[in-house]
Amino acid sequence: MDTHFAQRRRRDLIVAGCLAVIAALVPLFVKDVYVQNIMVLTLMYAALSQSWNILSGYCGQISLGHALYFGLGAYTTALLFTKFGVLPWFGMLAGGAISAVIAMALGYPCFRLRGHYFVIATIVIAEIALLLIQNWDWAGAALGIDIPVRGDSWLKFQFARSKLPYFYFALALACIAWLVTWWLEDSKWGYWWRAVKDNPDAAESLGVVVFNSKMGAAAVSAFLVAVGGSFYAQFVSYIDPESVMGFQFSLLMALPAVLGGVGTLWGPVLGAVILIPLTELTRSFIGGSGRGVDLIVYGTLIVVISLALPRGLVSVFSWRKEAAR
Amino acid sequence: MTAETIIQSLASGLLMGLLYGLIAAGLALIFGLMDVVNFAHGEFLMIAMYVTFFLFAFFAIDPLLAAPLVAAALFVFGAVVYLLIVRFAMRAKANAGMVQIFSTFGLAIVMRGLAQFFFTPDYRSVTNSWVGGKTVSIAGIYLPEPQLIGALLSIAAFVALYFFINRTDFGRALEATREDAGAVALVGIDKNRVFALGWGLGAALVGLAGAIMAIFFYVYPDVGASFALIAYVTVALGGFGSVFGAFAGGIIVGLVEATTALILPPSLKSVGIYAVYLLVVFIRPRGLFGSM
Repeated sequence: MDTHFAQRRRRDLIVAGCLAVIAALVPLFVKDVYVQNIMVLTLMYAALSQSWNILSGYCGQISLGHALYFGLGAYTTALLFTKFGVLPWFGMLAGGAISAVIAMALGYPCFRLRGHYFVIATIVIAEIALLLIQNWDWAGAALGIDIPVRGDSWLKFQFARSKLPYFYFALALACIAWLVTWWLEDSKWGYWWRAVKDNPDAAESLGVVVFNSKMGAAAVSAFLVAVGGSFYAQFVSYIDPESVMGFQFSLLMALPAVLGGVGTLWGPVLGAVILIPLTELTRSFIGGSGRGVDLIVYGTLIVVISLALPRGLVSVFSWRKEAAR
Repeated sequence: MTAETIIQSLASGLLMGLLYGLIAAGLALIFGLMDVVNFAHGEFLMIAMYVTFFLFAFFAIDPLLAAPLVAAALFVFGAVVYLLIVRFAMRAKANAGMVQIFSTFGLAIVMRGLAQFFFTPDYRSVTNSWVGGKTVSIAGIYLPEPQLIGALLSIAAFVALYFFINRTDFGRALEATREDAGAVALVGIDKNRVFALGWGLGAALVGLAGAIMAIFFYVYPDVGASFALIAYVTVALGGFGSVFGAFAGGIIVGLVEATTALILPPSLKSVGIYAVYLLVVFIRPRGLFGSM
C-alpha cells in the first residue's frame, strides 16, 4: 500500500507501545484489589476479543462458539495440572495447540457453510462440547475442577496474595494479540482475509485460496483464545463447564470487538476498555439485588451502539475513519 | 426397551416436534421476508408465556381462551419492535449482518432484564388449567393433552399460513416485497408497512406457541433461551427462506430428540438435535428446503 498506510501502521505501533507502558505503570498507583481485578478482566477480554476479531472480523466468518476454544484452553491446563502435575505453562501451549488443531478439523466441514448456517453451526458445536464435558465424570462433570493453590509461584503460575502477576500476564497477552493482529493486517493473510470477507467468489477467482485463508484465521484465533482460557483457569483457580464454555461466554468475547469496531485493529481494545469496567460496575452497584437492572443497561447499550455506530466506537475518532472499513 | 416404549416416546416426540415447528414458524417467516434472524425470538416466547400466565392469574382466563389474546398482544409487540429497532438495523451501511445480530440480541438482554425487574426471577406456573396434566389414550399410547392441542394448533397454523401467503393480497404483497423491496414501492406498497405486519405476524405465531407452552412449562425470565437455540436449529434444518421447512424441521427435531433420549442419558438429549443439524448442513449447506 501507499506510504500513508505505512505511516499509519508506524503510528499505531507507537501509540500501542505508549499505551502498554502507561498500562504497566497503573498498578503502581492503583492498589485497590477490586479495581485491579477489573483491570485484569479488561485486559483479558481485550485479548480474547482481538483474537475473535481475527476470524470473525477480518475474515468475516462470524463465530458465536468461541467459548469452545476458551473452555478447551482452561480445561487442558486444569486437567493436565490436577491429574498429571504438568505445569500450567505447558498446559497453556498444549491447550492452544489442541484448540488450533480442533479449529481446523471443525473448519474443514464448516467453512463450506455461509451466513447464518455457519453462525448456527458454531453455536451448536460449542453447545455439544459443553454438554459432553458436563457429562464427563473424569473431568469433574458439571461441578468442574478446583485447582489447588499452594502458595505464590511463577513456576506453577498461581498467586494467592497479589493480583499483580496476573495483571502483567494479561497485559502481555493483550499486547501479543494486538501485535499478531497488527502484523497480520499488512501480511498476505490480512489482505486475503479482507478479500474473503468482502466477496469470497471474487477473491477465489483472483487466486485467493479462500478455504486455506479461513483455516489459517481459525487456527490463529483459536490458539490465542485458548491461551486466554488457560490464563483464566489459573486466575480464578476454579472452573466449571458453564462458566468457561457457555454460550454467554462466546458473546462476551465478541461484544468488545462488535461495539468497538469489527475488523479493526483498535476496536476490540476500545470496546473492552469501555464495556468491561461498565459491566462490572453496573453489576456491583445496581445489579447486586439480582433485579436485572445491569442487564437492562447492558442490553440498551448494545442496541444503541450497534444501531447508531454500525462501524463501532472507533468510527467516532475521525482520524481513524480510514481504518474502520 | 420394548416396542411400546419406543412408539410411546416417538409419539410424544412428534407432538413436541410440531410445537417446535410452531415456535420456529415466526422466525422462519421473518427471515424469509427480509433475511433477518431475530435473536430475541426466545424472549418473544418468554413474553408470550408471561402474558398467558398473568391473564390466568389475574383474570382466570384459561390459556386456551387466552391464546388469541396473547397472539394479538404479540402481534402489536412484534410490529413495534420492527418500527423501533429492526427498521434502523436494516439501514446499516456497514457490517449489516453483525448489526442485525447484535441489535436484536441486545433487545433480548433488555427483555430478560425487564422480566427479572418486573416479574422477579421466580419460576411460575399455570395450575389447574383445563387441559394441564391430563392425558388421552389413543390405541394404547398416552398423549399429554397440552402437547396434543399444541400439535393440532401447529398444523392448523401452518395450513392457515399456507393459504395466507398464497391466496391473499397481503400474502402476495409479502412475497413481492421479499423478492424486490424496491420495485413494490412503484406499485404503491409501503415496504415498512409490509415488514411491520410481517414482524407482527411472526410474533403472533410465537404468541400462540407461548400460550400453549405456559400450560405445561415453567415461566421464568430465561425460559426463552432454552427454546431459542432449538428454534434456530429448526429453521436452519428446514432451510432459511422456507416457512414450511420449519414445519418439517420441527418434526425432525422432535423425533430426533425423543430418539436420543431413548439411547443417551436425558441430559444429552440435545446432542442428537445438534448432531443432526450439522450432518444435514454438511451434506446440504442450505438445509433441507432452503432457497438462500
